[in-house]
Amino acid sequence: MKAKHQRLILIIAALIAIIGAGLIAAWTLRNQANYFYLPEQMAATPPDVGQSVRLGGMVQPGSLATEADGVTVNFMVTGNTDDAIPVRYNGILPDLFVEGSGVVAEGSLGTDGVFVATNLLAKHDENYVPKELEGMGTAQAATMAADTTIGLTQ
Amino acid sequence: MIAEIGLAALWLAAALAVLQMVSGAFALRAAPGEVNPLAIYTRPAAVVQALLAGLAFTMLLWAFAVTDLSVKLVAANSHSMKPMIYKLTGTWGNHEGSMLLWVGVLALSGGLLAAFERRLPERTMGATLAVQGFVALGFYAFLLLSSNPFERLPVPAMEGSGLNPLLQDIGLAFHPPTLYAGYVGLSVAFSLAMGALMTREVTPAFARVMRPWVLGAWVLLTFGITAGSYWAYYELGWGGWWFWDPVENASLMPWLAATALLHSVAVLAARDALRTWTVMLGVLAFSMSMLGTFLVRSGVLTSVHAFAVDPERGAFILALLGLNIGGAFTIFALRAGAVSEGKRFSVSSREGALVFNNVMLSAILAIVLLGTLYPLLTEAFDVRVSVGPPYFNPAGAIFAVPMFMVMAVGPLLRWKEDSPRRIRSELVLIAAILIAVIGLVSFFGRLPLLPLLGLGLAAALGVAAFLPLRGRRLTRVPVATWGMVLAHFGIAVSLFGMASEGAFTQERLAAVAPGGTEQVGDFTFTLQSITPVAGPNWTAIEARIAVSRDGGAPVILAPQARNFWSPAQATSESALLTRWDGQLYAVIGNQAADGRWQIRMWWKPFVTFIWYGGLLIALGGVLAIIGRVRVDMMRRKAVSLGEERRADLDALSAQPVAGDQG
Repeated sequence: MKAKHQRLILIIAALIAIIGAGLIAAWTLRNQANYFYLPEQMAATPPDVGQSVRLGGMVQPGSLATEADGVTVNFMVTGNTDDAIPVRYNGILPDLFVEGSGVVAEGSLGTDGVFVATNLLAKHDENYVPKELEGMGTAQAATMAADTTIGLTQ
Repeated sequence: MIAEIGLAALWLAAALAVLQMVSGAFALRAAPGEVNPLAIYTRPAAVVQALLAGLAFTMLLWAFAVTDLSVKLVAANSHSMKPMIYKLTGTWGNHEGSMLLWVGVLALSGGLLAAFERRLPERTMGATLAVQGFVALGFYAFLLLSSNPFERLPVPAMEGSGLNPLLQDIGLAFHPPTLYAGYVGLSVAFSLAMGALMTREVTPAFARVMRPWVLGAWVLLTFGITAGSYWAYYELGWGGWWFWDPVENASLMPWLAATALLHSVAVLAARDALRTWTVMLGVLAFSMSMLGTFLVRSGVLTSVHAFAVDPERGAFILALLGLNIGGAFTIFALRAGAVSEGKRFSVSSREGALVFNNVMLSAILAIVLLGTLYPLLTEAFDVRVSVGPPYFNPAGAIFAVPMFMVMAVGPLLRWKEDSPRRIRSELVLIAAILIAVIGLVSFFGRLPLLPLLGLGLAAALGVAAFLPLRGRRLTRVPVATWGMVLAHFGIAVSLFGMASEGAFTQERLAAVAPGGTEQVGDFTFTLQSITPVAGPNWTAIEARIAVSRDGGAPVILAPQARNFWSPAQATSESALLTRWDGQLYAVIGNQAADGRWQIRMWWKPFVTFIWYGGLLIALGGVLAIIGRVRVDMMRRKAVSLGEERRADLDALSAQPVAGDQG
């Protein structure tokens, strides 16, 4: 085997591996990417039960309730329309998580139609907004900003 | 005045980068063996530029130390009440300051290269420094035109607005500078690769020059990633140690490329093979550093790292990225054909194993890169997705598992050509351990596939790492070989920690009334009291939790929920109880309506091994550097001794002639 052939074989092997990686990535991404839903989107076209997705919106005022165990909370998330998605979360609420604030819930839809969140992201200072909340309606954004920036110096 | 000196130094440094670039380019025009009269400015320009960039950074450090509120950056990011150490670390806890640090380290490494590297031909050196100047110039332009750290306020602020409390941590003092130094060390590898490519000097000598830079950068990246992971683990209070966050990936990708590069450089230095591949990886590794900088600094991502959300800056870095990477790959495409093939080797040889792992590392890099960029791409089409562990873990493992298997065997093979039969007994041993551990573990409990594989591979790798030492006199094993053994063993240790954490973590989340008792794993914990406490710039609620293992003597853990007031932000301070076989991790949450407090506890067996492993890997790299530099010094000394002797001999043989004339 000549040196030139060896180089060719190396290049081909590397290309196969990289293309393989690309294909595996594309395939896995299609199945595993975590799509973002607004409440109205989730109400109109709900994701499969158990598929992990992200739900972003506002915590409906008056809907936040803690269960007897003290660590499970239930609340409704609303968006630009009247649709509201019930969410259940078992865990420590993020700082500055209050009714009326913006939230992104990671988790999946249960069979009973309740969104079971495994993680909650909330806006917790003026420099850190979950990216998903940026595109919300301006009125909402304003309310949200007013609600979540209380006590800030700026 | 301080700020003006800094700004002037920065402008002068930029001018010197131009000089370095132009003068270095003239070196290319010199005939071999000659020196172009205009090329002599290259090295001095690089050295002085390093001093000036260092001066600029010192001036900014000073402005932060004295909290000069007439400087916009200080006013926006510091506060006179902050502890001194966080005033100083705050210098790079913001966009402009961190970019200045980036450029400073870049100039410093260019200066070191120019001052001390004498092994390469002057033409190659000129080309290398020209490339280094070009890269630096781009970043000077970025600083001076779009993110000037020394900008004054028309009216000095009354008080600064403070630093993100998450960043007020001792981890921050070391994390960014180490990562930056790592990124930037790869810039030297990149410049050297481009210089060698342009002057057709892709030789083992070039590889030996490049190796300490690659090793150094790799050690710093390893250390930076390890520290960053531990920081995220205890500071964020989520109990995880790796989130596949784009910012974490931004540091992982250069590390993967640097790992591949480091092994490929070793082949080039020892065997004169893999020439173009090494150059390619040099370009790739620095591209990943630039991409990392772009992802972190441009504001396309929202995270604690993205200080600036300014589209102009993002566009600027993207343009720099395109210019450098595009230019490099163009030169590569034009010149790669001219680099002659290196030495041949058979598939079952150490080179073969290294090439296989290089390719696997590149494939993992591709997986991480695609997963990181995918959300950005889909966002352009208004589809919002996030990509997390369900993607990265299985897709990465497809390539990581074969890589670890070959890694166990590779160091046992000989260079150039070897038969697997020669190392049959070792192969059998490694395979037996792998199968035995997997069998044993799955006999006692059902585990998910990846942690199971991880445990088996960790055991096999842990033993395999030491096999290269078999049959050798330990006192005579080169330091660099010890480095390799240690680094490979570190991988096994880290893998064990990850697998164990993934497989055996136990969690308890409960609302506990003061005096109440709960159980997690072997531990019982009792909430003793909840008290308010105050720090220099925060107030907090602190829980005192008595923890005892199997009824042993109780230990007090005190997790806090802190509220900072400038800027106003709440953070969760976890409390950790470290034992040799794991860590207990406690977080306090909110108070329920009935007065009970939420407490979250994890028992994470052997989780600390993840970071011990990282440190071992870095230490292995340090040993490799020491070993290589020592061998190099000895070689230099031998060469200079030889030359002296030859000069003496010449002088002796010349003397009779002189005597005749006298």
